[in-house]
Amino acid sequence: MATVGANEASIVHLEEHDHHERQSFLKTYVFSEDHKTIAKQYMFSGVLWAIVGASLSIIFRLQLGFPSMKLEWLRPLLGNWISDTGKLDPQFYLALVTMHGTIMVFFVLTAGLSGTFSNFLIPLQIGARDMASGFMNMLSFWFFFLSSVVMFASLFLETGPAGGGWVVYPPLSALPQAIDGSKAGMTMWLIAMALFIVSQLLGGINYITTVINLRTRGMSFSKLPLPIWAFFLTAVLGLISFPVLLSAALLLIFDRSFGTSFYLSEIYIAGEALPNVGGSPVLFQHLFWFLGHPEVYIVLLPALGITSEIISTNSRKPIFGYRAMIASMIGIAFLAFIVWAHHMFVSGMNPFLGSIFMFLTLIIAVPSAVKAFNYITTLWRGNIIFTPAMLFSIGLVSFFISGGLTGIILGNSALDIQLHDTYFVVAHFHLVMGAASAFGFLAGVYHWFPKFFGRMMNPKLGYVHFWMTFIGIYLVFFPMHYIGIAGFPRRYYSFTSYDAFKTFGDLNMFVSLAAIFTFGAQFIFLLNFFYSIFRGKKAPQNPWRSNTLEWTTPVHPGHGNWPGEIPAVYRWPYDYSKPGAKDDFIPQNVPYSQTLESNLPHENALIAIEKEIEEQNYNDQFKQPH
Amino acid sequence: MIYVVGLLALVFLVLTVLVLTRLTSVLKGINGDSTDENEGIGLSNRINGALFLVFFVVGVIAAAWSFNEASHYFLPEASSPHGRRTDSLFWLVMAVITIAFLVTNALLFYFAFRYSYRKDHRATYYPENHKLELIWTVIPAVVMALLVFTGWRAWRDIMSEAPSDAVVIEIVGKQFNWITRYPGVDNNKLGNYNYKLTDANNEVGLDLSDEASFDDFTATEMHIPVGKPILLKIRARDVLHSVFIPHMRVKMDAVPGMPTRFWFVPDKTTEQMRNETGNQKFNYEIACTEVCGRGHFSMRMPLVVEDEESFKKWTSEQKPWLTTHTDYLVQVPEKLKAKAAKYVPADASAAPSDSTATEQGGGAGTSASLR
Repeated sequence: MATVGANEASIVHLEEHDHHERQSFLKTYVFSEDHKTIAKQYMFSGVLWAIVGASLSIIFRLQLGFPSMKLEWLRPLLGNWISDTGKLDPQFYLALVTMHGTIMVFFVLTAGLSGTFSNFLIPLQIGARDMASGFMNMLSFWFFFLSSVVMFASLFLETGPAGGGWVVYPPLSALPQAIDGSKAGMTMWLIAMALFIVSQLLGGINYITTVINLRTRGMSFSKLPLPIWAFFLTAVLGLISFPVLLSAALLLIFDRSFGTSFYLSEIYIAGEALPNVGGSPVLFQHLFWFLGHPEVYIVLLPALGITSEIISTNSRKPIFGYRAMIASMIGIAFLAFIVWAHHMFVSGMNPFLGSIFMFLTLIIAVPSAVKAFNYITTLWRGNIIFTPAMLFSIGLVSFFISGGLTGIILGNSALDIQLHDTYFVVAHFHLVMGAASAFGFLAGVYHWFPKFFGRMMNPKLGYVHFWMTFIGIYLVFFPMHYIGIAGFPRRYYSFTSYDAFKTFGDLNMFVSLAAIFTFGAQFIFLLNFFYSIFRGKKAPQNPWRSNTLEWTTPVHPGHGNWPGEIPAVYRWPYDYSKPGAKDDFIPQNVPYSQTLESNLPHENALIAIEKEIEEQNYNDQFKQPH
Repeated sequence: MIYVVGLLALVFLVLTVLVLTRLTSVLKGINGDSTDENEGIGLSNRINGALFLVFFVVGVIAAAWSFNEASHYFLPEASSPHGRRTDSLFWLVMAVITIAFLVTNALLFYFAFRYSYRKDHRATYYPENHKLELIWTVIPAVVMALLVFTGWRAWRDIMSEAPSDAVVIEIVGKQFNWITRYPGVDNNKLGNYNYKLTDANNEVGLDLSDEASFDDFTATEMHIPVGKPILLKIRARDVLHSVFIPHMRVKMDAVPGMPTRFWFVPDKTTEQMRNETGNQKFNYEIACTEVCGRGHFSMRMPLVVEDEESFKKWTSEQKPWLTTHTDYLVQVPEKLKAKAAKYVPADASAAPSDSTATEQGGGAGTSASLR
C-alpha cells in the first residue's frame, strides 16, 4: 500500500539487483555480512554464555547456601578446585564470582542483548537494506568471538580464571603473588576485554551511522520506534565509555607486565617491598567506573526500548508519552556519565566529591520514575494481550521499579557507608540491571522470534517459563536484601568466621534453592527455543499486528530485507486503537491519505507532504552506484 | 524450616500454573474453535491477567511476613551516634520507597489484570497528557531533593574533620588480617612508618628514625574507650582492604599508598551490648569488605569497647614494639639512641648489631612516610 507510487525506475533497479550470485556457505553463515545473520550469531553466543554464566552462579550458590555440603560429585567438572575434603577452593570461589559477573555483564547482557537486537532491529525498523558497513559488522562479531574464546579458555587454566571480582581492582589484579587469579587468568581476562572493546566500538559506530544515515523516506527521528532510540543512545554511551575502560585495562597491563606504577604504590607483599611508588589504586576505580556506570545503562536501555515496543503493541495502545520516553532516555544517558563515583563513596575519595555524586545520582531517579509511570499508564485502559513477550515486559517493569527504588538508598552516600559491598548492593543491581535486562532479552526473543526464524515459539511453554522465572527471581533477590540489611559483605566464601554474620544460614539456603529453581526453569526456554527453530508453527507475516516496518518484510526476509522498494514512512509507530480506524493498528507505512476516517486534525495537514516523502530516495543502498 | 514450607508453597504455585495451562489446551480441544486472529487470546489470557493479581497479593503477604521474620537481624544495634542517625535515615528512605514500591507495583499488576483483552473492546487512544507527566516528574524530583538534603547533611557531619582530642589509632590491612598500632602512652603520637622497612617482625613498617615511634605498640585486637571520638587512620600494606565495623556503621577502604581515615564515637561498651542483646558472648568485630584474596572472608579482628579506665589500663599493659624487638635498635640513629634506651630492657640494651637488620634499614629513606 505504501508503494502506491512505485515508479518504473525502481523496477529497473530491482532487476539490476536480482543477479546477486549465490554466496558460499562460509560467506552466508560464518563470515556473513548480513545483519540478520550476525544478529543470530550474537543471539546464539549470548544464549550459550548465559548458560555458562548462570551455571557458575549455581556452583557458588551451593557453597553459600550449603556451606557444609560435600561437593565431591563436582570433581569430574572442577577437578582440583574441589579439595580433598570435598570443599570448594576459596580462590576458585572468587574466580566463580568474578567470571559470573564478567560473563553476565559483558558477554550476555552487552553483546548478547545489544548485539542481537541492535543488529537485527535497526535496519529492519528504520527501513534500511543492511547496516552502514556490513564488513565492520562482521568484524565486530568475530572480534567478540575471539574475545569469547580467550575468556572461555581462561576458565581452564591451572591457576584459574581472573579472581579479583568483575571490577578487577588493582593492586589485587595487578600482582600475581596476591591471588592465583591474577596470574595467567588475569592476563587472559585483559586480552579478552581488549578484544571485546574493539568489537563493541566496531558495532557501536555502525549502529550510530546506520541510524543517522540510513533511515528510510519519512523516517524522521520523531517517528523512530523507541527500541531504535534506545539502541542509538546505547551505542553512543558505549562509544564514549568503552575507550576509557580500554585505557584503564592498558595501564593495568603495563603495571602487570612492564613495571609501571599507574596503580601501584608502597606495597609490601609476599615478603618483599615492591619498588613502585606514586601510583593510585583509586585512579583505576575512577577509570573503571567511568565505563562501569554507563555500562549499567548500556545493558538496561536496550531492554527498556524493547519493552516500550512490546508493551505498546500488546496493550493495543500508543506508548504513553512517546516524547517523554525519549527525553528520559536522553536524560538517563547523559546522567550516566556523571554519576560513576557513587560506586566509590567509601573508597577514600574526597568526601566532597561524594556529596556531588550523591546529588547527581539521585537526579537519575527522576527520568527513571517517568519511564516507569509511562509504562504503567500505557497499560491503563488498554486491551492487553499476554503474549510471552508481554509477560516478560511487564515483569521487566516490575523489576525495574523494585530494583531501582533501592538505588535511592544506595545512592545516598550516608546510607551507603553501611550498605556498600553488602548483599543489599547485590540484590539491588541484580534486580534492576541483571534480571530486568535478562527479561528484556527474553521478551525480545519471544517477540521477534517469528522474524528471526519465520516460526512461532510455543506460547504455553512461554507462560510457564515466565511465571517460574518471575517468581524465582523475586524469591532469590527479595530475601537477599534482608541479608544485606543485616550487613553481610559480598564476595565472602563463608560467613562462619564472624559472630555478626552467623545468622541467616537458612535464608541463604532458601536463596540458593530458589536460584536452582530459577535456573532449572530456563531449560523450558531452551527447549522451546531450539524446538521452535525447527518445528515451531509457521509464522504469519505480522503475528502481533504491529506497526513497525520489520513486519512489512516477507516472513523470511532475504538479503536487503525488502524484495522491492523500501517502504516509506508517514506516521509514528504507535497508532494503535486509533478512534475511527477499522483495525486496531495502522502500520507506519500507511499514508494519512488512506486513513482519512481516523486522522487527527493536524495529521490531515500532513497529507500534503506525502508526495515529498515519496520522492525522497537517497538512502536505499541498492540504489547507490557501486 | 519455614523456608522449606515457603518453597513447597512455591512448587505448589508452579504446579497450579502448569495444570491451568494444560486445562486451557484441553478446553480448547473441546471447543475446537480456534479463530485464526484471536488464537491464544482466550482463557490463557485471562489466566495470565489474573495471575498477576494473585502474584501481587501473595507477593505482598510473603514480603510482609518474611520482612517481619527477618527483621530482628536487620541493622544490628547501632553503637555510635552517627550510626543511629543513618539508621533512622535508612528507615525513612525505606518507608518512602516501600510506599512507591507498593503503589507502582499495585497499579502495574492491577492494570494488567483489569485491562486484559476483551473481545469487541477497544483500547483508549491516549498518547500523552502533559499535565500528568509534569506532575509525576515534579513529585519524584521534590522527594529526591528532600532525601538528598537530609542525606547530604548526615554525610557532611560524618565525614567532617575529627575533633582534635580524638584518640588516634592506626589500622593496617594485610593479607589476611588487620594490625592496629597505638601511639603509645608517652607521647601520644604515632611514629612515622615506611613501607620499605616492613619485614616479618616489623609488620607495619615502623620507622625507628622517628623518636615518636619508640613508644608505639601494635596489637591484633582493637581496644577503644567508650564515649570518646576515635580517629582511625587506615592504610593497607598489599592490596585493597576495607575496614568494616558493622555495629559502629563504619566502613572505609584501606588503600596501599593512600592513607584514609574515619572517625566515630562508640557509645556502648562491649559489656553494655552484652546486656542489651542478652548475648553474653557478644563481641564487636571488624571485617574486610573489599575483596582481597583467598582469605578475604576471614579477616576478623575483635574490637573491645571499654570504659576509659580499663582502656588506660590496657594500653599501659602493652609493651612498646621496640621493647619486644630490641634487635631493631640498630635502626635508631645515633643521636636518638639515648632516648630509645628508655624503651629497651637493661640487659638487651647492649644487643649486638644485627647486620641484616642494618642493611634492610639502610637503603630506605623516610620520604614515603606519611602520617
